[in-house]
Amino acid sequence: MTNRQTVRVPLALAIVLAALVAACAKQSPPVARPTPPPPPPTTTQPERLPEPPQPVVEPVPVPPEPLLEEDLNARDLDTLNRDSPLLPAFFAFDSQEIDDAARATLDANADLLRRYPNWVVTIEGHCDERGTAEYNLALGERRALSARAYLIQVGVSGDRLRTVSYGKEFPFDPGHDEVAWAKNRRAHFVITSK
Amino acid sequence: MTRLRLALSFAAAGAATLVATAGPVGPQTSPPQTRPASQQPPPQQPREVFVPIVGEIGAPPRLAVARFLALTPDKDTEAVADAISSVLFDDLQFEREFYMIPQDVVGTVPRPRSIDDTQFDRWREIGADGVIIGTVRKTDRGLSVQVRMLSVRGKESAFGKEYSGTSANSRLYAHTIADEIHQQQRRLRGVARTKLAFSSDRDGERVRGPVADRAVKEIYISDYDGANQRRITATLGLNSFPVWSADSRAIAYTSWRQGFPNIFISRIYETGSPTTPAGGSFAQQNYLAAWSADGTKIAFTSSRDGNPEIYVMNADGTGLRRLTSNPASDITPTWAPTGAQLAFTSDRTGSPQIYVINADGTGLRRITFEPYCDRPTWSPAPFNEIAYSSRTGPGHDIKVYSFSTGQSRQLTFGEGTNESPAFAPNGRHLAFATTRWGKYQIAVVGRDGNVVRQLTRAGNNYAPNWSQ
Repeated sequence: MTNRQTVRVPLALAIVLAALVAACAKQSPPVARPTPPPPPPTTTQPERLPEPPQPVVEPVPVPPEPLLEEDLNARDLDTLNRDSPLLPAFFAFDSQEIDDAARATLDANADLLRRYPNWVVTIEGHCDERGTAEYNLALGERRALSARAYLIQVGVSGDRLRTVSYGKEFPFDPGHDEVAWAKNRRAHFVITSK
Repeated sequence: MTRLRLALSFAAAGAATLVATAGPVGPQTSPPQTRPASQQPPPQQPREVFVPIVGEIGAPPRLAVARFLALTPDKDTEAVADAISSVLFDDLQFEREFYMIPQDVVGTVPRPRSIDDTQFDRWREIGADGVIIGTVRKTDRGLSVQVRMLSVRGKESAFGKEYSGTSANSRLYAHTIADEIHQQQRRLRGVARTKLAFSSDRDGERVRGPVADRAVKEIYISDYDGANQRRITATLGLNSFPVWSADSRAIAYTSWRQGFPNIFISRIYETGSPTTPAGGSFAQQNYLAAWSADGTKIAFTSSRDGNPEIYVMNADGTGLRRLTSNPASDITPTWAPTGAQLAFTSDRTGSPQIYVINADGTGLRRITFEPYCDRPTWSPAPFNEIAYSSRTGPGHDIKVYSFSTGQSRQLTFGEGTNESPAFAPNGRHLAFATTRWGKYQIAVVGRDGNVVRQLTRAGNNYAPNWSQ
């Protein structure tokens, strides 16, 4: 224990006692008084020459990090897939075209897949309830393959991407309106190993 | 795995009694336990001469089914006698070859006291052209059912037989009698002993896996009239699109139990695991099987070469042959009854349409020109038609294309959505899946679009297939 610390403890104690006494006083309401800061430590350091002035440099933009950055690999598969960081890509009726919104989703998914190169993913193709069960198997397959092809195009290895179609067998929204149908027309990502 | 074995052993136990009572399926053969006509007890012996039951000119013959008589006077036998009478009535009414006199009118005639109690005058009074009288008797092995069909005009017997077997499935006696009467009187192959296979989520179970709330669908079978509905798979996964083998002892279906669609064959009256004749892997997905009428080949869809194409293989998986080569999706094949041609769905023009192709891959021909057509099913002989599901609005309707006219006729008209048609083996009826009653249910309709019957009521039921 240094001299500085032994000086500080009784000083802090005194401050606390003073505050307590002030709070317990019945005659007047307690008033918070700003306490004086402790004196700066005095150090003895060897003299140093001042640093030469730095040249002015363009600020380097920092890529926006997610607020709660954590290692997703730390989660187990079930937890990972429950709040999946890989979002589904949605499609228009009777179509397997990747539109702008789907492209943005797939780009974000590609980023994640590059960041976690150990993940193996199954891309499920789904359809809304219109259309026949049989033909929707083919349409779902085309949606999954379409998403896979795009990911390969932006650099994700095809070895990590499997596809399966569920047609209209597994709707995400059981409703019978366009809101539900739009949710069901998708390529859905499931992480199968990491 | 244990649950699958339990289900199969239950099915095998049920089947053992079925096999005992009904010999090989075939309208000309009678069950092995039938006594030949010459040993029938007198007085009215059925003759070798064919006695047709005829109606008034231009009208179907009017048939009465008298309540069967329980020769063994106990409650079980009486219940069986009533059940046989009732099922026989329904089976005969189903084919619409006869006008069935309502049971309350039939009830005004005193119940026959024996197989020989003919009472022709009483039957004539209610306008019957033919009468079916029967008796049921308990035996050591189970039951003995004797039946006679009388021509009221000619005052003679037109049909007489005795059946014996177990008492486990009394409805089967009625089904057999109905089929044999249809064959003998109308030269018609009845379907009363055939079965349906379909997919159902009625158990309400959920698929275990990373994504929540996915309904388990298992394969079910039932009698053609909806009785004896029974589950035959236990995978806690997704199974659908079943097709019967020619001998009605196996079902091929599509299952996602391995994580991708693959074709499985379950021999439903035997124990043992189902087989996967098409191989199957994530790179080699197989679905939508169709069994040829002679039972030797299976056509199916596979995307093993990059996109869905039609393939043909022997039922044991050998002899794999690719039938289509087109970057479009070619799916859901169906065999012509001769086995020389197939029909399938292809979207090579941009929308799914029905195409016909020879079994050797030549002669591709498009036959539908509507917005969206799918799931063709080829009729059996003597009809030469293809039923399919056609988009007619927000939903679908069943249509039938006739090769002789080149036209399609419509069977359903917007009552919910109507999909996945399947022909009965005599071509006179179709099973299909419909939402007209709320959930998806299996229904049966005549090939003229008349008389829609609901067969399932529990859960959602899809993709019916009719056995031979």
